[in-house]
Amino acid sequence: MILVWLIVIPFLGGLLCWQADRWSEQAPRWIALGTMLFVLVISLVLWAAGDFALPSGGETPWLLEWRTDWIPRFGIEIHLAMDGLSLILVALTGFLGALAVLCSWREIGQRIGFFHLNLLWILGGVVGVFLALDLFLFFLFWEMMLVPMYFLIALWGHSGSAGQTRIRAATRFFIYTQASGLLMLVAILALVFIHFGNTGEFSFSYEVLLKTEVPEAIAPWLMLGFFVAFAVKLPVVPFHGWLPDAHAQAPTAGSVDLAGILLKTAAYGMLRFALPLFPEESAAFAPVAMVLGLVGIVYGAVLACGQQDIKRLIAYTSISHMGFVLIAIYSGSELAIQGAVVLMVAHAFSSAGLFILSGQLYERIHTRDMRIMGGLWGRIPTLPGFTLCFVAASLGMPATANFVGEFMILFGTFPTAPVVVIIASTGLVMAAIYSLILMQRVHFGPAYRDGALAGPDWREYGMMLALLALVLLIGLYPQPLLDTTAGMSGRVVELFAGPAQSLAETAGEVR
Amino acid sequence: MMELAVTLSFVMPLVGTLVLALSGGRLGPKVGSVIGVASIGIAALATAWAIALYAGGDGAVRFTLWTWIQVGAFQPTIGLAVDGLALVMMAVITGVGFFIHLFAVWYMGGEAGVTRFFAWMNLFVFSMLMLVLGDNLLLLFLGWEGVGLCSYLLIGYYYQDSANGRAAFKAFLVTRIGDVFLALGLFLIFRDLGTLDIQQVMVRAAEVWSVGDPTATLVALLVLGGALGKSAQVPLHTWLPDAMAGPTPVSALIHAATMVTAGVYLIARLNGVFLLAPEALWLVGVIGAVSLLLAAFAALAQTDIKRVLAYSTMSQIGYMFLALGVGAFDAAIFHLVTHAFFKALLFLSAGAVITSCHHEQDMANLGGLRKRLPVAYAGFLVGGSALVALPLVTAGFYSKDEILWQAMAADAQGLLLAGLLGAFLTCLYTVRLILRTFHGDCGSDKARNAEPGTQLLTHHLPLAVLAVLSTFVGAMLYPHLGGLFPVAPGERTEAGHTLLQLLATGTVIAGLAVSGWLFVKRREWLRQQVSAGPGAFLWKLWHRAWGFDALYDRLLVRPWHLLVRMLRHDLINLTINLVAVLARLLNSGLVRAQNGRTRSYATAMILGATLILLALTIGPGGVA
Repeated sequence: MILVWLIVIPFLGGLLCWQADRWSEQAPRWIALGTMLFVLVISLVLWAAGDFALPSGGETPWLLEWRTDWIPRFGIEIHLAMDGLSLILVALTGFLGALAVLCSWREIGQRIGFFHLNLLWILGGVVGVFLALDLFLFFLFWEMMLVPMYFLIALWGHSGSAGQTRIRAATRFFIYTQASGLLMLVAILALVFIHFGNTGEFSFSYEVLLKTEVPEAIAPWLMLGFFVAFAVKLPVVPFHGWLPDAHAQAPTAGSVDLAGILLKTAAYGMLRFALPLFPEESAAFAPVAMVLGLVGIVYGAVLACGQQDIKRLIAYTSISHMGFVLIAIYSGSELAIQGAVVLMVAHAFSSAGLFILSGQLYERIHTRDMRIMGGLWGRIPTLPGFTLCFVAASLGMPATANFVGEFMILFGTFPTAPVVVIIASTGLVMAAIYSLILMQRVHFGPAYRDGALAGPDWREYGMMLALLALVLLIGLYPQPLLDTTAGMSGRVVELFAGPAQSLAETAGEVR
Repeated sequence: MMELAVTLSFVMPLVGTLVLALSGGRLGPKVGSVIGVASIGIAALATAWAIALYAGGDGAVRFTLWTWIQVGAFQPTIGLAVDGLALVMMAVITGVGFFIHLFAVWYMGGEAGVTRFFAWMNLFVFSMLMLVLGDNLLLLFLGWEGVGLCSYLLIGYYYQDSANGRAAFKAFLVTRIGDVFLALGLFLIFRDLGTLDIQQVMVRAAEVWSVGDPTATLVALLVLGGALGKSAQVPLHTWLPDAMAGPTPVSALIHAATMVTAGVYLIARLNGVFLLAPEALWLVGVIGAVSLLLAAFAALAQTDIKRVLAYSTMSQIGYMFLALGVGAFDAAIFHLVTHAFFKALLFLSAGAVITSCHHEQDMANLGGLRKRLPVAYAGFLVGGSALVALPLVTAGFYSKDEILWQAMAADAQGLLLAGLLGAFLTCLYTVRLILRTFHGDCGSDKARNAEPGTQLLTHHLPLAVLAVLSTFVGAMLYPHLGGLFPVAPGERTEAGHTLLQLLATGTVIAGLAVSGWLFVKRREWLRQQVSAGPGAFLWKLWHRAWGFDALYDRLLVRPWHLLVRMLRHDLINLTINLVAVLARLLNSGLVRAQNGRTRSYATAMILGATLILLALTIGPGGVA
């Protein structure tokens, strides 16, 4: 039942925020903060109590499970379950959700209640995605994340550089994700009907569909349906067009949620659905996926180097980092998949940190254009130091979580696909280029204007310090995280191990 | 006890960093400097304690603080290994580091942001200690990247000037390219040996690979790639001269004494792997020889004091690589240590000159300073004699002689010749440096109005201590680490050692004589030679250090910028956007059709009806 509450509470909290607008400006903020902290605390309590070892045969892999009939005629259930991976991602959602509320504290001044309604509904949808096991329910939550995000960008976004309007960015985001979601829906329905054809029963249940025999001619297409939906969200080049615009135009809270959590739903979807439902097809597809990952790493990094808008730069770095995650997911190596989980969490923290920092800069100098920044180190206390730390994290400096994630991925993937790793390693050099460009253009160099600017207040300082502490903690002691997801990654590797031979062969071709 | 001493030595700099960084400048320059220096002082004392324990019979110690990551066989730890080599490196890092920090108090006195300076310096010392103490390659890599970051920050310390930012950027990027090679080496090591623990790697490497195994060679080459970047050897050396943009104590500590020698340490530490790859080891020696000669020529044609010293550093590290290349690991470390002493002395003396002369570092504008700045002059004389390896009295003589002897014993005549030629060139540029700076006439008012440093503790003491260490005393302090390394070629024979010493001594004396003649007697002639004709070409070539920068600029930097500019607007995305453009085109076409005019609708209807009728008549099965 606690799983239901994890989903319902953000939705209820959102409604409450909406109405609380009438009482005072601060009320929605405090309610939203309380709601997200509640989600965070529940997940932390579950984490403390849980046992995440790889269960021996026959046992259920779920830490918690809850199911009830919804539309029995089509075999649709409300089926929620939690394992180590979903637990970590739910906790992450709670934490970043709280940060998103905090970083909007002063930025958002209009329609405050409705803003927090949208914010909390996004997060509620995300938690639903992480917990739903029924494919129909999963799809419902998958689509439910989009609508409030659309409003967040369209209503509270910045109308920014180069004729890009926030409405256009929001529309583009919506069309990309909606169109790809449609493919997934088709794939889900096809899977259900194949199951119906085999057994004469309708079922949307994950566990039932896992065992469905799919004709060989159709299976790759269904796998692609899932893959494309997730690839758009991750995003994988060439489906990335929505991301830079959405980030550049979104309010800070929107960027934090997008980079921190929404992108992770895609990686989660691959690990939970695309791979386990179609292990053989995925193994055969692995070389393609890895090449796509490489393209993302290189292309994202090169584009990041050419940006003038600080938020667009960070957006392109996300594409680059997610390329590593994609490679890891399809590597079939436990070390790499564990690394992908670490990198997902690390990227959530470091990119959230950078986005919040650029939001704080925007509040002070009212621009995101790096051509008219420079020399801020001498003008603002403390913030440049934090920027340096998060920039170091994003270029994969050891002792940060990003290093642990990236290097586990590279170490894990190297035995199966050395060429992929060699090319991916050039991403480390390019990461240095774009990270230092950011640092150099914004904080170093001659000052564009004179005059001291306000340093961070306790709220801003606290957010940065918490994020930084987590980045360093996971960078130096990632074991709690690794132990939690060991079961999950072990299962994925087992699923891959069946067609491992073919994987090794196909990966060999990449060499 | 050993654990405590070692832990103290690396925790103190970290504590210093944290205190200084978190204070956010509230401590003020005085307190900030005291904290910055004291933390390194305590670290140095702790290191001395650790050395005393080691000498007292505690021997090598390993201890693990915690397991960093554990997934299957991948189990790197936060674990430290203390042995003779690590202790020697620690002594250099904290000992020389302490005196450089002390000098920095004088050098940086009165500048804004001293807290930031000391925070980063302390962080550097911490990272460098991690690099030498890590018992596994991933922890070593942590230190390795950490020193790179600190180097970046400190080169760009005067951040208001964009040129410094560019220099810092270049330094980080070029070394990062080397780091990627090292990282690939680690992936390969882990794949084939299943461990990253340095001791285990040495054991397993000998079991898994035979001598000359291609994988072993590949690993050695990749590790060498990392070492070349950090140690500024050809072809990844171009960042070092530019790195002189940082404050001079930074150049002394990072870009002379410690970080740039990390590559030497790395290869010495992984000697087992390199011995399995004779070709790679041979390449180490060749690259060392090439670097030492290229840099020595370049040093001849510099006008900036610090750039002369930078090329000299590169050249001296070339000697260390040469030693590694002939399998004389101990000789390489020996030269690393003495070089740390005398090059730190030279840099600090240069710093004294630069500060005294109101930030003038071009030799054309200096000159005639020996009376005004006697302490700095003495520093230069002692450091310079150690650099040219003046026989018997200087530390540099013993270590350089050892290297040349090992090259001779290894039957590497080419390397030996390069070493001797390098020694000759070293004399030339060192004498030129000292004469141009301290003799002759003052080149500018800045030099004429030089204000000598008078602080006993923060100016004279560091210079004096390093001067003493640059003499034979420094060489005597070095505990030879023969037992840690495989047998060096020079240990198997003694034939010809005396001959070589005479040869080396002869070279130095000849070098000094020639340079004295050239720079004093034939000064005018030299000036004419350099101003026109082939002499001018050589000057330009050497001044620009053989044109590597221009080459890389054309080959890499410009194509990269072109690529970035071409892709700036996201070509792939624009292509995908064509779908939207197509939809809009269709839309506007159809919108035009719906214009509300009856006659267009009527025309369209009639046209359509005619077309359908035509199709029915002419088409298959039609009437016609």
